[in-house]
Amino acid sequence: MCLAVPVRVVELRGAEGAVVDLGGVRKEISLALVDGVRAGDYVILHVGYALQKLDTVQAERTLELMRGLAPGGA
Amino acid sequence: MKYIDEFRDGDLARTVAQAIGRAVRPGRDYRFMEFCGGHTHAISRYGLADLLPEAVRMIHGPGCPVCVLPIGRIDQAIAIARDHGAILCTYADTLRVPASNGLSLLKAKARGADVRMVYSTLDVLAIARAHPGREVVFLAIGFETTTPPTAVAVRQAAAEGLANFTILCNHVLTPAAMHAILAAPAGVALDGFVGPAHVSTVIGSAPYEPFPRDYGKPVVIAGFEPIDVLRAIHLLVQQVNEGRSVVENEFTRAVTREGNARAQAMVDEVFTLRPSFDWRGLGAVPASALMLRPAFARFDAERRFAVPYAPVADHKACECAAILRGEKRPRECRIFGTVCSPETPVGSCMVSSEGACAAHYTYGRFREAA
Amino acid sequence: MKGDRQGGGRADYLRPIDQKAGRIDMAHGAGGRAMAQLIHEVFAAELGNEFLDQGDDGARLPPLAGRLVISTDSHVVSPLFFPGGDIGSLSVHGTVNDVAMMGARPLYLAAGFILEEGFEISVLRRIVASMARAAREAGVPVVTGDTKVVEAGKGDGIFITTTGVGAVIEGADCSGRNARPGDAVLLSGTIGDHGMAILSRRENLSFETDIVSDSAALHGMVASLLALVPSVRALRDATRGGLASTLNEIATQSGVGIHVEEAAIAVQDAVAAACEFLGLDPLHVANEGKLVAIVPAAQAERALEALRAHPLGRRAARIGTVVEDSHRFVQMTTRMGGRRIVDWLTGEQLPRIC
Repeated sequence: MCLAVPVRVVELRGAEGAVVDLGGVRKEISLALVDGVRAGDYVILHVGYALQKLDTVQAERTLELMRGLAPGGA
Repeated sequence: MKYIDEFRDGDLARTVAQAIGRAVRPGRDYRFMEFCGGHTHAISRYGLADLLPEAVRMIHGPGCPVCVLPIGRIDQAIAIARDHGAILCTYADTLRVPASNGLSLLKAKARGADVRMVYSTLDVLAIARAHPGREVVFLAIGFETTTPPTAVAVRQAAAEGLANFTILCNHVLTPAAMHAILAAPAGVALDGFVGPAHVSTVIGSAPYEPFPRDYGKPVVIAGFEPIDVLRAIHLLVQQVNEGRSVVENEFTRAVTREGNARAQAMVDEVFTLRPSFDWRGLGAVPASALMLRPAFARFDAERRFAVPYAPVADHKACECAAILRGEKRPRECRIFGTVCSPETPVGSCMVSSEGACAAHYTYGRFREAA
Repeated sequence: MKGDRQGGGRADYLRPIDQKAGRIDMAHGAGGRAMAQLIHEVFAAELGNEFLDQGDDGARLPPLAGRLVISTDSHVVSPLFFPGGDIGSLSVHGTVNDVAMMGARPLYLAAGFILEEGFEISVLRRIVASMARAAREAGVPVVTGDTKVVEAGKGDGIFITTTGVGAVIEGADCSGRNARPGDAVLLSGTIGDHGMAILSRRENLSFETDIVSDSAALHGMVASLLALVPSVRALRDATRGGLASTLNEIATQSGVGIHVEEAAIAVQDAVAAACEFLGLDPLHVANEGKLVAIVPAAQAERALEALRAHPLGRRAARIGTVVEDSHRFVQMTTRMGGRRIVDWLTGEQLPRIC
């Protein structure tokens, strides 16, 4: 449940804040719930907080796996 | 939008849907519950039923925190705003839920109660700081995804000594609700679950392991996008075919077995289990909801304000209870689409846009109108 | 008492209104000298034209050729100023568009203002200046108006009601009742721009990238369209409630169904992203410079050419077809290939967390 979006961290701000970008729209959010986030990382954003880092390698892998479902391969 | 658009690609959706079509065995039916309201919404909003083979039936579960919030809890929030003059802060989702005496938070606001919509608990803290002379109460709703942000706010309030900040705690737990569904005597026949996306980023995949183990029902955790949901259904069909029953994770880009330990620790520091909690539609469910620990009890609105909880029964004709448990479909409710509609919701399933009835009415009612 | 006596019978004033720091008070709506002064020094100073300058309570217009059309709209937008416009320009564009959607040429506007006691006159001046600019650019003058003042707390700063009169363009017959099965459904551009521009300025929902409102006068584009395709069945500008509500209005009025393709409906990246942040559906987000045109299928290409030739219609596209449907559903084939209903907006559009 719980609407959350994957966003890219543009820059860190203050002790626990960050500015993130989605499709060119930027917002300031809190990183209080995740460790070790750096600019360029992707995070899952929910109600103004990053909940988890997005594993971009896994994201690509998931897509590749699904493309491979086509009969005869991708 | 990166990591969104790719998971909404029409061609890839068809590829996965066709794989599901090839996987279903002739003469076999598959019934899966998507627990999470967000998945219900995705299925309806993208018309995924049209891509699934007839043999696969999706049953909508109770994972909609607004839908399962008892009317009596909203009455408490309204009372706090109206009778105690507090600033009542809430996520927008609860504003239109019909409560007692023909009121809702939005209607109470129209009658002068100071009800404010917030996007984040960060906003609530800002309001509390800006109005030190007023009581500021946060209506805290949501499953495990939404609880950590409340925990952060409570810890922050404690650190700052914000004396005018309290929360009305309605945070609920996913595995407990899943148990309630599976253990129900009249139980609905289910072959497996599509597990929640974002709840799982926080709690990890481990908490679902009892379900395959104790009930023999597979769980596949699915991401939020339509293609994630299709892929999860594909994996469920395969498990059923092969007689397997395990927890699988389709949402590997955001979910690990352990989840977010830091968020879990914060929640654990601030909250503890309530012995029991009233769920709209499910009734009293043990160990299914949270309350503040003694160390943070001063932030509990139920302690600060005299607003006793009084349970309120649902409309007699309302079938939400059966629908939330997956026993009935929206169209099997007598008042669906007539007395009860998104404009005039009677039951909880119609109130939130991801409730089974609202989703069906808003996106899918053409299916029976033919 | 000194005062300039010019032609037109203006009264003497003691001193000009303080337009930098002055505020509206009850006297400005009372019908006396203060009100006359406000009208002269703020409203007429910006909006001045031959009709307004007569100084009467109404405007005597030249005889109109053609069938008369009249439309009215009230504007209560908050915030008053947003990227791409303000309540002033909005009030001009909105009514100009309503008249144009009747297949008519907008000719004159009337404007009523309700001001809250305490409203800053400098802000009022900015709004009126913006209205004047919008009216000039549209070629539709504000020929008469009215001002009232309500006590502090009884109004949200400023409310504006504009009424427009126009004349039906020769040969045009546009009505929401005219859509027929088989007709093409055209959309003049991207959706959701205005609503998200507004939300981006409101408290609690702030973004760092400006999304600009599409507020614009569409009558020029409508005239070009009707010149090339006189058989346009219906025109409707998609405003509050978004494209979804517009399509449902037409379907209901004409007693038909509408099928659209999600892939054909254009949404700017920033608007799509802003909607994602808030859990909003662009189909329900307000527009102020886009129209839906229902045209006979055989004329669809020509109509698109006419729209695309105009600066406000560059991204015009065919988004669907009118069909027979006793239920009057608006259905959409999603990007996934599945089907779903595009329903009316329920209540007020609110962001969601779930």
